[in-house]
Amino acid sequence: MLYREAGDFKTSYSDDSQTFPIRFDRVAYYIVIGVAFLVVPFVVNDYWLNAILLPFLIYAIAALGLNILTGYGGQVSLGTGGFMAVGAYACYKLMTAFPDVNIFFHVIIAGGITALVGLLFGLPSLRIKGFYLAVATLAAQFFLVWLFNRVPWFYNYSASGQISAPERSVFGINITGPETEAWAAYLFCLVFVFVSAWVVRNLTRGAAGRKWMAIRDMDIAAEIIGVNPLRAKLSAFAVSSFFVGIAGALFFAVYLGAVEVGEVFGIQKSFLVLFMIIIGGLGSIFGSFAGAAFMVLLPVLLKNVLVGGLGWATDLAAHLEFMVVGGLILFFLIVEPHGLAALWKVAKEKLRLWPFPH
Amino acid sequence: MRTKLATLALGTAIAATPALAELTFTSLSYRTGPYAANGIPFADGYADYFTLLNERDGGIGGEMVELIECETGYNTEKGVECYESTKGSGALVYQPLSTGITYQLIPKTTSDGIPMHSMGYGRTSAKNGAVFDYIFNYPANYWDGASVAVRYLLDENGGSLEGKKIALVYHNSAYGKEPIRTLEELSEKHGYELSLLPVDHPGQEQKSQWLQIRRDRPDHVLMWGWGVMNQVAIQEAVNIRYPMENFIGIWWSGSENDVLPAGDGADGYKALTFHNVGSDYPLFDDIQQYVLDAGLAAGAGDQVGTALYNRGLYAAMLAAEAAKTAQEMHGTSTLTPGQMRDGMENLEMTEAKMTDLGLPNFGPEFSVSCENHGGDGYAAVAQWDAAAGEWGLITDYMQSDQDVLNPLIMEDSMAYAEENGIEPSCS
Repeated sequence: MLYREAGDFKTSYSDDSQTFPIRFDRVAYYIVIGVAFLVVPFVVNDYWLNAILLPFLIYAIAALGLNILTGYGGQVSLGTGGFMAVGAYACYKLMTAFPDVNIFFHVIIAGGITALVGLLFGLPSLRIKGFYLAVATLAAQFFLVWLFNRVPWFYNYSASGQISAPERSVFGINITGPETEAWAAYLFCLVFVFVSAWVVRNLTRGAAGRKWMAIRDMDIAAEIIGVNPLRAKLSAFAVSSFFVGIAGALFFAVYLGAVEVGEVFGIQKSFLVLFMIIIGGLGSIFGSFAGAAFMVLLPVLLKNVLVGGLGWATDLAAHLEFMVVGGLILFFLIVEPHGLAALWKVAKEKLRLWPFPH
Repeated sequence: MRTKLATLALGTAIAATPALAELTFTSLSYRTGPYAANGIPFADGYADYFTLLNERDGGIGGEMVELIECETGYNTEKGVECYESTKGSGALVYQPLSTGITYQLIPKTTSDGIPMHSMGYGRTSAKNGAVFDYIFNYPANYWDGASVAVRYLLDENGGSLEGKKIALVYHNSAYGKEPIRTLEELSEKHGYELSLLPVDHPGQEQKSQWLQIRRDRPDHVLMWGWGVMNQVAIQEAVNIRYPMENFIGIWWSGSENDVLPAGDGADGYKALTFHNVGSDYPLFDDIQQYVLDAGLAAGAGDQVGTALYNRGLYAAMLAAEAAKTAQEMHGTSTLTPGQMRDGMENLEMTEAKMTDLGLPNFGPEFSVSCENHGGDGYAAVAQWDAAAGEWGLITDYMQSDQDVLNPLIMEDSMAYAEENGIEPSCS
């Protein structure tokens, strides 16, 4: 009943190929965007920003990026943490080298630099596939973290080897540093999330995305129908790394403010983002968001309920949190291997017919 | 899904905000993860001391103490979440027990006007209180530790380290890298040869580092380790039969958890410390009576008297003393974080005070001032006796080489001030 298509006629090709063909979806989308841009900035506080919104938004960009490579391009990558580190360190070097430039451009250029690095590490994908490629990207992960720890130039020779974000602003409003207002940091990240999702959506339904998916589904067949595997695979690596790099730059500059590469961008970060897209749904924009929300919100929610609400001991709650999150991951993988996006799709199908399923 | 979860989270976040107690302290602890073995005793000691104050004295200056514990797992992201969720509760001071989280919180706490005490860890140059208003790291910091270790080695070697080889095995993170600068500076002064052996998080894999030590045979090995890394390093040292008395750890590498797994082989291992060891103090009788026997002990209650338990206790004691100082200064029993900061900046620890508290000769005497947020840099060397299963101090408290350290601290803190546009001032 909610998702009625009856009476929703399309009279032009552009109408027919829009992202949200059903009116109810479209309205919901506009409402979400409106609330995110116009309402949340007025009510957001420091706790909401730093504990929930910023990690969710930034992980959503990282998940979008990895989804291009793994979900659409079919190339398994375990190097996400390393690529995020490239974005973070590129952003740091740019911020300290050109203090007068708008931080907005630093983040985008940091994404560009990560794209180049991703391109380089994508070269092995032309010869190897599947598990072997996963191992090659794993090498990238360890190499990049080692590099940023080893070469003092990357952290400007600071004694501790940490990088910390100096105060930078957009139009005179602080975006990084401790004096940042919650709404400013939120809006800054939201703009990146919005544009990223919009670009990724349009890339994946255009020629580029179709090529990636053709390679994913069967690379020999794709080659026969005229898809250049070299270009398709490398472009998937470059575009994916671009978004992952942006996520890394935001993670360092806006969210954490100070970063230690081994701890923040270690292998566990790669796995976390990979879990996000697997749980959210491979090859789905909505899945990237759902997966990021699931992995960010669930631990915070559990902690607040168990420690804050029920007054349990913190260690007991933390251990239980591992078990519950782990259990839910298994549950989802068994019951719905295509992730939350597929669950959502099924729910939509049901809603379409409700309340008369026959 | 998303909005539903968010609403739920909001509801619980509001419900989770505790009632505003008069004196709120936070414990950003880690009882899980690869560093839990070291995080648990510290958190227990910290909590037990406040429980004791509440039970025995009715709090501090007549105000009950509320301790909010938040689990960080030694993870910076969770540390940020913990900080944001507790800062609204009127928390007086933060002690995150993690150098990474400390770095994260330095700008945040300064901007929010809440003091942070990184006792024996964190950013060394925070000692310069003119730049770091709200950050304290008394009674000793990493550079003091490095310097005291070298001074001890000088004494051992008859006053000269000329031509000696010293290896530093360190946790490859901000924490482990802290002493390098000082050790390099000191190697120029004393003429020893320094070699650096980084160990990556979490430190379970150290075969290659110890193979190198076996090959190079350095005269002394220093260690900056934490968590499981300590146990592995000591075990590896035993495996290559490195003489334990030449192996010195920083105070974070000197707990029972670190040496017990290596058994008798660890006998003679040394570690620095800035407070005394054991439970042979009058205060521990009170803890037995008011906390343990009353069933109010934090955690399992089996850590009393261990090195890290004592350190947590010492941290809580310093926080409580600073709160008392603040109460006297401002003539009020309820405190704001700003008043707590004043209390910390005017804290004075004397032998008489410690004896009054039931902890005679427990730590060095020191006093804090705006110019000096870091105390006087006294530390002692403790040695492990595997047969008795306890640590024992083998030296008096020694002062670090202030001539070398002060210029370094000045240089580093001024660089920070310039980077962040801070005007150093002591008003």
